[in-house]
Amino acid sequence: MAVDLSTTWLGLTLEHPIFPGASPLVDDLDMVRRLEDAGAACITMHSLFEEQLVAEQMAAHRHLDAWTELNAEAQGWFPSTADFALGPDAYLEQIRKIKAAVKVPVIGSLNGTTPGGWLEYARLIEQAGASALELNLYALPSDPQQDAHAVEQEQLFIIRKVKATVKIPVGVKLSPFYSSLPHFARSLEAEGVAGLVLFNRLYQPDIDTETLALNRVLHLSDPSELLLRLRWLAILSSRTKVPLACSGGVHETEHVIKALMAGAGAVQVVSELLKNGPRRITHLRDGLKLWLEEHEYDSVRQLSGSMNLERSPDPSGYERANYVKLLQGYHR
Amino acid sequence: MSSRYVTVDGNEAAASVAHRLSEVIAIYPITPASPMGELSDEWSANGKANLWGQVPRIIEMQSEAGAAGAVHGSLQAGALTTTFTSSQGLLLMLPDMLKIAGELTPFVLHVAARSVATHALSIFCDHSDVMMARTTGFAELCSSTVQEAQDFAAISHAATLKARVPFLHFFDGFRTSHEVSRIVALEDEQLRAMIDEADIAAYRSRKLTPDAPVLRGTAQNPDAFFQAREACNGFYDAVPGHVQAAMDRFERLTGRAYRLYDYVGAPDAERVLVLMGSGSDAVRETVDYLVARGEKVGVVIVRLFRPFDVATFAKAVPASVKAIAVLDRTKEPGAVGEPLYQDVTTAFAEAGRAARIIGGRYGLSSKEFTPGMVKAVFDELKKPAPRNHFTVGINDDVTKRSLDYDASFDLEPPEVVRAVLYGLGSDGTVGSNKQTIKIIGQEANRYAQGFFVYDSKKSGAITVSHLRFGPKPIRSTYLVKSASFVACHYAPLLERHDVLESAAAGATFLLNTHHPPDQAFKYLPREVQEQVLSKKLKFFVIDAFKVAREVGLDRYISAVMQVCFFKLSGVLPMDEALEHIRHAVEKTYGKRGSEVIKRNFAAIDAALANLHEATVPTKLNGALPRPPVVPKEAPDFVQRVTAMMMAGKGDLLPVSAFPVDGTWPTGTTRWEKRAIALEIPRWDPSICIQCNKCSLICPHAAIRTQLVDPKSLGGAPKSFVTMDFKAKDFGNAPSGAGWKYALQVAPDDCTGCGLCVNVCPARDKANPRHKAIDMAAVEPLRDVERENWKFFAELPYVDRTAVGPELKASQFLEPLFEFSGACAGCGETPYIKLVTQLFGDRMLVANATGCTSIYGGNLPTTPWSKNQQGRGPAWANSLFEDNAEFGLGMRLAVEAQEQLARSLVTSLAPKLGDTLVRELLEANQDDEAGLAKQRGRVQALKEKLKGLDSAEAKRLLGLADALVKKSVWIIGGDGWAYDIGYGGLDHVLASGANVNILVLDTEVYSNTGGQASKATPIGAAAKFAAAGKAVGKKDLGLLAMSYGNVYVASVAMGAKDAQTLKAFREAEAYPGTSLIIAYSHCIAHGYDLEHGCEQQKLAVDSGVWPMYRFDPRRIAAGEAPLQLDSPTPKTKARDYMKNEGRFRMVALRDPKRYEDLVAANEEFSARRRAVYEQLAAVHVTNREKGH
Repeated sequence: MAVDLSTTWLGLTLEHPIFPGASPLVDDLDMVRRLEDAGAACITMHSLFEEQLVAEQMAAHRHLDAWTELNAEAQGWFPSTADFALGPDAYLEQIRKIKAAVKVPVIGSLNGTTPGGWLEYARLIEQAGASALELNLYALPSDPQQDAHAVEQEQLFIIRKVKATVKIPVGVKLSPFYSSLPHFARSLEAEGVAGLVLFNRLYQPDIDTETLALNRVLHLSDPSELLLRLRWLAILSSRTKVPLACSGGVHETEHVIKALMAGAGAVQVVSELLKNGPRRITHLRDGLKLWLEEHEYDSVRQLSGSMNLERSPDPSGYERANYVKLLQGYHR
Repeated sequence: MSSRYVTVDGNEAAASVAHRLSEVIAIYPITPASPMGELSDEWSANGKANLWGQVPRIIEMQSEAGAAGAVHGSLQAGALTTTFTSSQGLLLMLPDMLKIAGELTPFVLHVAARSVATHALSIFCDHSDVMMARTTGFAELCSSTVQEAQDFAAISHAATLKARVPFLHFFDGFRTSHEVSRIVALEDEQLRAMIDEADIAAYRSRKLTPDAPVLRGTAQNPDAFFQAREACNGFYDAVPGHVQAAMDRFERLTGRAYRLYDYVGAPDAERVLVLMGSGSDAVRETVDYLVARGEKVGVVIVRLFRPFDVATFAKAVPASVKAIAVLDRTKEPGAVGEPLYQDVTTAFAEAGRAARIIGGRYGLSSKEFTPGMVKAVFDELKKPAPRNHFTVGINDDVTKRSLDYDASFDLEPPEVVRAVLYGLGSDGTVGSNKQTIKIIGQEANRYAQGFFVYDSKKSGAITVSHLRFGPKPIRSTYLVKSASFVACHYAPLLERHDVLESAAAGATFLLNTHHPPDQAFKYLPREVQEQVLSKKLKFFVIDAFKVAREVGLDRYISAVMQVCFFKLSGVLPMDEALEHIRHAVEKTYGKRGSEVIKRNFAAIDAALANLHEATVPTKLNGALPRPPVVPKEAPDFVQRVTAMMMAGKGDLLPVSAFPVDGTWPTGTTRWEKRAIALEIPRWDPSICIQCNKCSLICPHAAIRTQLVDPKSLGGAPKSFVTMDFKAKDFGNAPSGAGWKYALQVAPDDCTGCGLCVNVCPARDKANPRHKAIDMAAVEPLRDVERENWKFFAELPYVDRTAVGPELKASQFLEPLFEFSGACAGCGETPYIKLVTQLFGDRMLVANATGCTSIYGGNLPTTPWSKNQQGRGPAWANSLFEDNAEFGLGMRLAVEAQEQLARSLVTSLAPKLGDTLVRELLEANQDDEAGLAKQRGRVQALKEKLKGLDSAEAKRLLGLADALVKKSVWIIGGDGWAYDIGYGGLDHVLASGANVNILVLDTEVYSNTGGQASKATPIGAAAKFAAAGKAVGKKDLGLLAMSYGNVYVASVAMGAKDAQTLKAFREAEAYPGTSLIIAYSHCIAHGYDLEHGCEQQKLAVDSGVWPMYRFDPRRIAAGEAPLQLDSPTPKTKARDYMKNEGRFRMVALRDPKRYEDLVAANEEFSARRRAVYEQLAAVHVTNREKGH
């Protein structure tokens, strides 16, 4: 009997659990086609960043429009014909193009900054044809007046509003930085979220010691990042029923298997594809299939969560004991 | 057909016809005609077709001469062709125009009439340009209104095809070209019905083609030329008939009737004015008014000026006429009278008519022409011996030719709503007022007119919008004198301008101020309070900056103020107005995305909530009067003349106030304290490293550093801060104490650009956000820094001979270019300022027309100044196209006089003493010490000469200063150097003459509004290259290097200031021709210019802008002349391009094309780098060494 690789992600049935996560790969239609050919189970758009859209619009307004009509000789300094794609149009157009180019589902991704922005863009992404929507809940709390509860409540409010606005399934991509991730995951579950992605990888500021400038960097992931995900997949998959996806640190078949065992139902890959091309999806999918066959698993569903906090033979390994053990090992 | 109304300006009205009726349009930018070319380009870029379904081909040429040549060729080869120009541009076209007319070629040239430069350049209107063209053989047809600019464009295109005689169709620059007015649009079908296809076929049948070859442009001998020239007569005879026929056809199609010479007024008029252009509307208005009061007056509006149709003209003037005044908007010194006057006089004589005819001049350079002046002319005609050859509109107190007029004469009908709005260029006032005109113009039976006056500054410029709305077409072609609504969008303007001058009694006064409604009145200057009370104004306030800031629109208050205008003026019901404003916002900013619209909508909503009527007390509250325009220590001329112009009252100055030959004193910007900065730099000496980079980069010489002898600090204000000078370079101060170092900001001259803070390298170690200078709110620093600056400005500068070659030292030299009107953050002026610091006291400047000549030479005040010894740059602007030659001429004159002085010194040697003579003739003037010594010798020479009584000695006395070495600088932008002036520049480069050419390369025509030049780089969007320029930037430096004996440098001060300084010194010292190409960031690049230096660094680091010095002197040493000063590229062109709007526009519009152009730019830069590297490594031979 053939192994059943299928899984469910954001309410969509996928042929297998491996697909590209949010990345610039989707900017190139040809690349998207190659990803599909390589077997990507679905396509995730990179995030539409409201902050960036607004900044670009206002910058253009400031630099181009503000310099008009201030001089008898020059009514302006730029050709006025330019038809800029300053709003979300280019992003939405890309969703439409990808939808037309591939058969697999296309998942939109959104990072908003204002309640109005979240709702407006969520609606537009749905209209553009996205099969589901991933909300990229990245906001950096720097206001000491706002407590953790308020931060979470604001995020839940937005999710509630977006859920009420769109009909497509809505997932949430999280950062690891919550005081009680299981509690927040439960709250998300209560809002009817269709899936959680663990975790967002964020731009990090780096300091140039010579110029005293801050440089924003985003390095490609490496397998060391997988461990953080494994722990939280294991914990959350035993505390909520929301489907989970692993994002970050998956480069080899073994990583896919570990992520699934820890509790993921789906596995996103980005850095590996950027480094070694879309065919790596085929490699990972075939590797997973072979491993399942060799180890006589029936299905991905059987594998998923088999090593989580609830079911692993030694669950204490996921909790604080993990740290203790390592230290003891070190002393020995 | 029902009429479709559009609200457009004259340029758009004319261009919309020209574009639809042409196949080829060759253009070149010139104010005020540029928008016609730009619009045509925009339409063609958007695929808009002409009447025959073809998109006209637009080509930008290198000059108007080039455009005329291309037009001539296109006409010869049979395409329907047009072009647009003005003023000097028209003059450059004259030779081709004579050919085009001589060859009987159908063609229309559309001209926005503008003054031709004489004693001064002026961008404003008169007819001196079209009068220069009246002998070309072109027909000249004149439009008086925006409606006519459209209609006559169509009539000229139709008539030229019939007549074969080419047409110059003109209308008044600015007054018509830039007046926004509601007109009836010409539909395609109407245009099609105007054009006879058979005429086009006939035209094409005459084209040059190898299928039916002919030859044109022969050279003819005495046997043939004369008769052949007379062979065209019949065609000219027929022109008036063709034009009238076209007008008649036009009337059948549109209902609008025109005659070659339109008469308006009493049928039995005894006094008649004759004129053409926009002034005729003001005359019509006055005639209507006077006729209604029983006066027998009228006006003949001349439409067809060439060929002048004597019979038709004479018929147009009523038989009852007794006296005629002909008004010319031009001056022809030495002529019997101006051209139209002469024609009318001759025509009357030839027609056998008799009347007293006088001529007069009005409106030169857009001088106001009002009903009061018109009435003065009619009144003059009543006199038994009216003055001939008069002027009107000025006070000629010298030759007494001007007519007196009643400035308060007002005949504007009460039903016309009139508004005057004062704003800053950067706050969007003019843009939103244009929108307001369009909104109101859409309404049925609502006519609207908008005219906009700008000052000549590029930073902190003031705009005044004059708006009229009424139920009938508006004929008032002059500024609003009596307004029912006056707004001041920037409260500090009240301190400097008589904003309420035009407020009528009972008018509404709206002020943008942060003072609350119950406080606002007391903060008004005394004069303003007086006007509010005496005119019983209704006073409203809004804190528009706060509203705009709160909705995230920065300082862009246009939407806020627009809403207030509609609310207070009541021109439209408010709900309707709001709907229109929102719609207009969507239309204007739709392409910018929803956020811009959202914020503007929020501003509209917030505006009404924040608009309040202010409390007006019953009497003055003791507020201070306005400060005097200039301080009392200003020179007499500045007090009498300049101050009047600064206050906006220049019109009141009589002729006697002015220099007779265009010669003006330098150094006047220091008297114009504009106080436009909201933030100024604040110095923290505790971390300052005294690098002087702030002073170097300051575009306005508003932050300076100086070494101070502690002894001079006696009378210093308490707030004046100095620190010990850290270096030993300058030894001790004259008093023997160690030098103090001072850094001082001129708070009223700073524009707040932030460049100085950006380049400051000295950071607080514990808090790197804090630098040795930080920007800080100007209040409360202003008063303190004013005092400090006043003290600082009087301190003596260090002795020039003590100043070493290093960069830091250069900033202790006095800048002789200060406080210009250049844009905040200008990238050009730091270079000019540096040149004046280094060589200013012995410098002659030839300055090409462009930004440099405007911020350098536009009145009222000019930045070129004198040092504490009274020496400084002598500056002149000739033309745009001839600047290199102009500078070369200066060099030749300098050398001729030096040569003469030397020969006189030699021949007077016995009387002068051999030592002095030898030292004078053999002086080494290579450094400041040598120059100082030579100045001393020249002084000694003069003393001796005064004691000699010979003709030779007297001659030498007048020439002695020529013995001090002079430095001739030829300065201009890339439009001049790469395009229009390149032929001359090239010739000067080849001349070997000792001149220094400084090209301030902004890579675009900055002054006329961002048109592409041959210096525009690959990938940049500019007008005429809207999709992003695909061709590489011309390598001007390499072309110059090819001569082998030209010193060439490419510099970028923001990237490596020391290299700039080195290049400037080397170029000046080089005893031949030098060319410096200087990267100049510009607002036309589309980013915050405070980051200008960072972009310069990126330009250099990415290889987009190479830095090098090519010094022919190195050849003698057997070295390659080229030294590359920029390193191997460290970063990509992409990193540079992504930060600038001019490149981002391309990316946002067409990402694929952008990627291609980025790659092309990188390849272009790499290839150029490879060529330079090879050149820098080349093995050179030289005659002497023989290798």
